[in-house]
This record gives sequence, structure tokens and C-alpha cells, in this order.
Amino acid sequence: MRVYRILAGARVRSDMQYRTSFALFTLSQFTITGLDFVAILIVFGKVPALAGWSLGEVAFLYGLGNFAFGMADLWVGSIEKVEQHIRVGTFDRLLLRPASPLVQVVADQFSLRRLGKVAEGALVFAIGCATAGIEWDAGRVLMTGLSVATGAAIFGAIWVFTSCVSFWWVEAREAQNAFTYGGGYLAQYPIGIYGSWLRRLLAYLVPIAFVNYFPAIYVLDRNDRLGMPAWIPFASPVVAAVATLAAAVMWRVAVRHYRSTGS
Amino acid sequence: MGIQSVRLYAEVAKRSFRRWSTYRAATIAGIFTNSIFGFIRASVLVAVVQARPGAGGLSVRGFVTFSVLTQAMMAYVGIFGDGDEISERVKTGDIVCDLYRPADFQLWWLSADVGRGAFQLLGRGVPILVVGALVYGLQAPASIGAIVLFAVSLSLALLIGFGVRFLMHLSAFWLFDTRGTKQLVDTVTMFASGALVPLSLFPTALGDAMRLLPFAGMVQTPADVFLGSVTGAEAVAQVALQLAWAAVLFGLGRLVMTSATRRVVIQGG
Repeated sequence: MRVYRILAGARVRSDMQYRTSFALFTLSQFTITGLDFVAILIVFGKVPALAGWSLGEVAFLYGLGNFAFGMADLWVGSIEKVEQHIRVGTFDRLLLRPASPLVQVVADQFSLRRLGKVAEGALVFAIGCATAGIEWDAGRVLMTGLSVATGAAIFGAIWVFTSCVSFWWVEAREAQNAFTYGGGYLAQYPIGIYGSWLRRLLAYLVPIAFVNYFPAIYVLDRNDRLGMPAWIPFASPVVAAVATLAAAVMWRVAVRHYRSTGS
Repeated sequence: MGIQSVRLYAEVAKRSFRRWSTYRAATIAGIFTNSIFGFIRASVLVAVVQARPGAGGLSVRGFVTFSVLTQAMMAYVGIFGDGDEISERVKTGDIVCDLYRPADFQLWWLSADVGRGAFQLLGRGVPILVVGALVYGLQAPASIGAIVLFAVSLSLALLIGFGVRFLMHLSAFWLFDTRGTKQLVDTVTMFASGALVPLSLFPTALGDAMRLLPFAGMVQTPADVFLGSVTGAEAVAQVALQLAWAAVLFGLGRLVMTSATRRVVIQGG
């Protein structure tokens, strides 16, 4: 943790040397992410409800998903850069230092401008909380707060797990996008609209549905559990723990497998 | 342009095609990722058309085809970039070598992009369509005429894509760091081309305005022609608009290129 703070802090200080550029980048991240919500608004210009979900409910679902996604992206999203370290051979250097290579990779490219994404998610999340017609009580508040943390953990685990593909197949990094960005995109809409195999692959096996969908049906008091048992909204913390463990094991196997390019 | 230079540019395109074709694993990864995104997007559009039949003027199968087809075209027209070789070379100064070649700078890079596009179309686009057809079944083009016009429209889409990206890369002569412009261009293109949401689902006035911009010619117009959403004189008019934008962007690129190259200062070496 201390190493993370030192490396990320250095990165933030260097970003702050170019304040205008930093502000513009952060703003553009906010806008770019916001376009996905504009797309949802356009869709709702044509239909009053999507798979039975109102605009307010979708805003809650989307906001929760994007907020969690933004947090994961902020903290560990730079893991995608491990591909460059492997390709160029600089991963050797990380292994030689007396600190976790995982922490080094994610902290070294830490970028505060990703706060633009987090802010967008938080804004829509707030709109969703206010307009989805939620009957707030202690349970729902707790579930909502907890879901941000478990959701971020699940996305973070997906990021670390899928980045390991670069250790075997360095050129295939783009396949990771299908799970990270694809997962983030999938989470913006009610899972019910996806066909069964897509749902099984990206919502259950890659556990995107546990980030926001299942918690949301509890908070919104909806009944579309898609054939899942009644306790499913409470499973997210367990899923997050299992996903994090799987990612940690995968990372360890991958690093052990690492062979330098030698150049 | 003499036969010699035609041969030169053909050779540049061929080499570029071959170079892109060496990244096999990257291509397979790209096919996978584009297919997944195509399926997710198709699911959203299908949910829309099921909630309101007739929205956007396409059937369920039409929307699925639209999603898969646009994903198949994305790398080809260069949405999300083309490897950023030009702007990288401006940054490093290697661009000087390109400028004192006895060949036209813009045509050289256009040829290279045609080679890149041809590979992305055959190596990446066609497999995405095949995957889409196997998984969901796609809507075939309406007629022979539509296929011919689609081929023309698709070619113009690459020229427009190159025109936009060339201008974006040239901004490096003034800004050095093009990440900001690139992000802006990518975003506008994604939204205004119809790749994110088909323009036919936009509010009418906004959708009509978007159709006049060059970005629609990169994705929406070829897809419309393929699916028969526009036919006859209207389709020809839209393809003519693509041609006009391709020409305007080419001219603009030439203009900017001329003033950009005047800024080049060789710092020795």
C-alpha cells in the first residue's frame, strides 16, 4: 500500500505540472463516458421502458455500474499496460525491485484524470437514486453502499485476471477489452435483454451481473431474478471475494510463467 | 500521375497490407472483441425494437445486422485509430524522411491506409460478419444494385475516415501531443457516425443534422445502403454526399499539410 501511495503520488505530481492539459483530459473523460448515457437517453426517446425498466431505474443501474467501473479503472485500470512491459522487456526491472510487480504496474501509470469517469458515474448514480422511486430504508442504503465496493472489486478482479493473457499471448491484449470495457458496457442495461449464452458468459461466468444487476433488483424492489434464487442479491460480496482470489491466483501463475523477451 | 507513380502507390498499399497481416493474434483478439461488442449492441437494439416495433425502420434481424456490420467496419474505417504512425513520426522527427521522398506525402499515406483498410476489411471485418451470421443469422442486401452501391459507399467510407484521421495527425505539427485531439475525434466519430446508436434512432432533427456531417459517411451511410434503409435516388444522393465529403477532406488535408510542412524545422541530427 505504501509503495502504491509513493508511486501514484509521483504520477499525480507529474500530471499536475500540466494543469490545463490535465483539466481538459479529465473533462473529456467525463464527456466521453457521458455519451453512453446520452445513448440511453436517445433510446428512451423511442421507448417508455426497456425490458420493463423505466429510465430512472436504468439510470440507477447504469450509475451504480459505471461508478464501480470508474473506481476499478482509477485504481487498477493501468494493468493493461503490463502488455507494454512484457513486450519491451521492462517487466524484468519490476521483478528485480523489492515490491510487488502488480502494485508497481498499476501505480506506475496511475492517472488522476480517470476521475472524470468516476464523476460521470457518480452523477448518473445520484440522478438514479433520486428518480428511480426507491423506498429507502436501512437495508437498501446498506446494499447500495456495499455494492459500490463489491462492484469495484469485481471489475478490478476482471481487469487483473484478463490482463494475464499478455503473459502467454502478448499481441492479444485487445481481447481483454471484451471483458473489461465490454463488461462495463453490458452492465449499463438490464441483463434480461441479453440472450442466454451472452448472459451466461459475461454476466455469470464473468460475474458482471453481481456488480449492479442483482443488487439493483433488491434496491429497486423488482422481481426479474431471471430464474435465480431469492438470496441472489446478497451473493455479491462472496462473488467479489472469489473473483479477487481467482485474479490473485491467476496473476501469480502468470508471473511465474513470465519469460523475458531478452532484448 | 504517370504509370510509374501508380505502381509506387500500389506497392506502398501492398506492403502496408502485408505488414498489418503479420499481427495474427492481434487480429483474432480483435475479431473476438468486435463480435462481443456487436452482440451486446444488437441485444440493446433488439430490446428497443421489441418495446416499440417499427422504431428506426428496421426489423429485429435488421438491427442485429446493423450492429454486426458496423462492428465489422470499425477497424476498417479506423475508428479508434490506425496505429498513429503519422503523428508519432511528427513527434519523433522521422517525418522528415517522408517529406524528402520523391513522392507525394498525402498520397503516400493514403496508399498505406488503403493497404491497412483492405487488410482490416478482409482479415477482420469478413470474419466478424461470418461469426455474426453463424450465431444470429444476418439480413442479406436487398438487391445486386444495393451490393454495388454498398461497395462504392464502403470505399468512400475509408477515404472519409482517412481524411479525418489525416487532419487529426497533422495537428501534431502544432500540438506535438495529439492524445487530446485523438480522444476528441474518436468521441465525435463514435457518436456522430451511428456506431454507438444508429442515427435512425436519434430525435429526427438531430439525426438529420448528423447525416449532413462527414462522420455519417463512415458508418451509417454504408450500413443504410447495405440494409436497403435508403434506396434509389435517395441512396445515390447519400453516396454522392460521401464523395463530396471525401473530396473536401482531401482538399483540406492538402491545405493543412502545406502550411504544416512550412513549420518543419530540422534541428540537425
